[in-house]
Amino acid sequence: MAHTSQFCTFYLDGLLFGVELQGVQEVIRNLEMTPVPLAPGVVRGLINLRGQIVTAVDLRKRLELQPLPADAHPVNVVVRSEDGAVSLLVDEIGDVAEVEQSSFERAPETLTGPVRAMILGVYKMDGRLLHVLDKEKACYVGEPEAAAAAAAR
Amino acid sequence: MDEIVNDFLIESNENLDRLDQELVKLESEPSSKELLASIFRTIHTIKGSCGFLGFTRLEKVAHAGESLLSRLRDGLLTLNVEITSGLLAMVDAVRHMLGEIQATEHDGEDDYPELREELARLQGSNGVPAASPPAAVFSPAVFSSEEAPSSKEVNIAVEVPLVVTAVSPSAAGPPQILAAKPEAVALPAKAVSGAEGKPRRPSSGKLGALLVERGSLTAQGLALAVQKQEGGDQRPLGEILLGLGLCQAQEIQETQQILDSRDRESGTETIRVGVNVLDRLMNLVGELVLARNQLLQVSSNTQDPGFQAVSQRLNLIATELQGEVMKTRMQPIVTIWNKFPRTVRDLSQSCGKQVRLEMEGQDTELDRTIIEAIKDPLTHLVRNSMDHGIETPEARRASGKDGTGILKLRAFHEGGQVNIEISDDGAGLNSDRIRQKAVERGLISAQQSAAMADRDVFNLIFLPGFSTAEKITNVSGRGVGMDVVKTNVEKIGGLVDVHSTPGRGTTVRVKIPLTLAIIPALIVTCSGDRFAIPQVNLLELVRLEAEASEKGIERVHGVPVYRLRGRLLPLVYLNRELQLPEQDLDDDGVVNIVVLQADGRQFGLIVDEINDTEEIVVKPLRKQLKTVKTFAGSTIMGDGRVALILDVMGLAQRANVIAELREDHALGEKAVAAATMEKRRYLLFAGPGDSRMAVPLDTLARLEELPASQVERAGTHWVAQYRGQILPLVNLEFALQERRRYRQQSKFAASESGAPLQVLVCNYQGRAVGVVVEQILDIVEDAAEVKYPASRPGVLYSTIIQEKVTELIDIPAILSSAGLDSAPGLAVTSAAEAGS
Repeated sequence: MAHTSQFCTFYLDGLLFGVELQGVQEVIRNLEMTPVPLAPGVVRGLINLRGQIVTAVDLRKRLELQPLPADAHPVNVVVRSEDGAVSLLVDEIGDVAEVEQSSFERAPETLTGPVRAMILGVYKMDGRLLHVLDKEKACYVGEPEAAAAAAAR
Repeated sequence: MDEIVNDFLIESNENLDRLDQELVKLESEPSSKELLASIFRTIHTIKGSCGFLGFTRLEKVAHAGESLLSRLRDGLLTLNVEITSGLLAMVDAVRHMLGEIQATEHDGEDDYPELREELARLQGSNGVPAASPPAAVFSPAVFSSEEAPSSKEVNIAVEVPLVVTAVSPSAAGPPQILAAKPEAVALPAKAVSGAEGKPRRPSSGKLGALLVERGSLTAQGLALAVQKQEGGDQRPLGEILLGLGLCQAQEIQETQQILDSRDRESGTETIRVGVNVLDRLMNLVGELVLARNQLLQVSSNTQDPGFQAVSQRLNLIATELQGEVMKTRMQPIVTIWNKFPRTVRDLSQSCGKQVRLEMEGQDTELDRTIIEAIKDPLTHLVRNSMDHGIETPEARRASGKDGTGILKLRAFHEGGQVNIEISDDGAGLNSDRIRQKAVERGLISAQQSAAMADRDVFNLIFLPGFSTAEKITNVSGRGVGMDVVKTNVEKIGGLVDVHSTPGRGTTVRVKIPLTLAIIPALIVTCSGDRFAIPQVNLLELVRLEAEASEKGIERVHGVPVYRLRGRLLPLVYLNRELQLPEQDLDDDGVVNIVVLQADGRQFGLIVDEINDTEEIVVKPLRKQLKTVKTFAGSTIMGDGRVALILDVMGLAQRANVIAELREDHALGEKAVAAATMEKRRYLLFAGPGDSRMAVPLDTLARLEELPASQVERAGTHWVAQYRGQILPLVNLEFALQERRRYRQQSKFAASESGAPLQVLVCNYQGRAVGVVVEQILDIVEDAAEVKYPASRPGVLYSTIIQEKVTELIDIPAILSSAGLDSAPGLAVTSAAEAGS
């Protein structure tokens, strides 16, 4: 049997993304979200995950994609990061994909900008490409906008 | 790491802390055999364990200390400063090596030859050379302290020959020979302990000591019985005492019971629990509290009485459980203070000062996290008092004080907070010097400094970069520290304040919350989201109805302010600060102002709605959000949603409430002082003969009307019972007349007519005093600029208030002339009551 790895897949703006299954804690829908004023823009808010307070990152925003329509309910993909659990908000959850190592390819040089650092590469699947997300980088929310706003004042 | 080694480290570190204290204590009572025995035993235990675990270098050092101690114990040496310092150095060395073991599992390369030499030299420093085997000195009394009987004790007994070898003149020779021995001896010692066979009665010493302590037995009687026991009497001490007729059987029985219960307490009833287990437990209780809050919310919406009863019970149990679990995390403050005797001793040595350390309220308990957080600030304050506060013995005697300074630590609970006071009876803060230094360092301007009250001047010492120390010592005076103390204390929601009387000393008071894990908080709503405001920051709530809000909120060049009791309170809109969408104001136009305090500055926070106060479980924000300074953490509300906890300090900084203060602290003070000079609130009243009189309102505590029937007589004073205290009354009419007539003051004129007395209650020298006036007219705000010299004693000056000439009464002068200068004792008690 060829060397394979498992990915938890999800959709963002029509694209198929995946993070390594081992790093995923759980997938949850419909959680109340408390916004955090002055926090970096990619922080959508805080969720109560059975008593644990988890930061939810707007992955569309993080990946510089179009914002999700206001009436849509994103799904929380809770991953274990170096700084504890973080929820990545995705449009829709996909299947667990088992992919062969041999089908991996790095992102083309033409993909530039900050997004490049977050996408490790792609797996060539039947009919589509699975974008592999760097979990740690995706969870990083950067400096708060408050600082920038204060500077601008 | 090896579990045995780990246990050894934990135990040894605890033992070392105790050694520090005991050595310092021993210095003050060098003849205490109990202390010596305990110290000896501790060192011996460490030495024995490291021999067993193969830490030979550590063992050598411990051994050198032990040898010196054994000479002390045997009375061949008497303790002096030098020996104490040597022993403390040994403790430090052992501590250092333990640290090494912790880090590397190896006791390091250094085996401290100089230290060991020094210790060996000290052995021969005073007293007679070692001679007879110490067995004769070896009375059970030595073991009379609380240590449990075990092989340890036997161990020491067997160890004696070894100790003798150590103290014999050859001891100064190569220590390696000695170092090899304990291992060889210590192990057989255990074997011997069983084989020795002689039944030990370890409690006999304790029983005897306790009997003496309880007054059932004289020390001589005990000595006699012990002698008999040593002489070969196999009976237990109690029986011997009975036999000698020195004690009642009942007394012995009772005492034995006390001992037994003590043994139980110290032995089986405590277990060691890892801190992480307690933390986890606390987290779980936090969860439970949250679940409880949710359940209560659900149950309030149902009609089912059974369900409601059960949730009420759960509520009670959860509250109780929370309290108990909090208790497990509580530690007495003495866990920090323990280090101070040693600190004080070392510093007295190095600064050439004599200081006595007094502690009060050692058992005051605080949450573990807080204990950790205040350890450094307190240490710094103690060092500061030692270095700057207390003078040298010569200087103290020159100013008529005892050569030995007193450093006092006091801790007590008050209003859900813990107060810690560090006071010294030193020179006190020199407000002029502080002013001068602050101006020199550009912290304030010369005019600002002149306008500041002493109390505010003292608080300048908490500014960064401030130090008045003439020379920089290695103790303190580098200008970092007091500001760090303040920041650290404020970080955990505490307050620092300093009081000082020149020549009499300085007191620094630290107020801190009991715990950080579960705190009471006010829940407010803003733009549809809820926020929690920690109760410690909260001063009051102001609600402005529609009409009042239009008039009430004024603007200083566009910046909103509110007049709160005559002072301008800067207003901060929470939604604007947090960049939240502005909610359509309800048509009622009500404005809710939460008056908050941050860094000694008040400001009003305008929120949409004030909900309720609630006990919230603080959950720290993740690292990703730590940079958002306006929030101190988050919590989960009763409905399961997350709410953010506002960091009032951060919010104030963001809203520039504090930044402004930092720059213009003194300016603000001056402005306030100027403002109060220009416009002050006065109480107007009618004095004798229809004269108009006034006093500044802020010098009064309150205004009262007392029925004439309440006036009683105590000696030469008229008094009334007031709030459970005796309120001395002074009739202003008589007080303003000449003094000799004052003494004959008759019944109050007003009381004869039966009309109630109008009393101005003010605090005078720490107690409440009432001044009876004819009639209270009005409270006015006036500049009272015109000053005309007073025409009679008891009047400050005449002025014009509301276009009428008014005499400004000097209340302290009147009270003083009325013979109300308080007796010291009285002042102290009532001041304490007033403070509580």
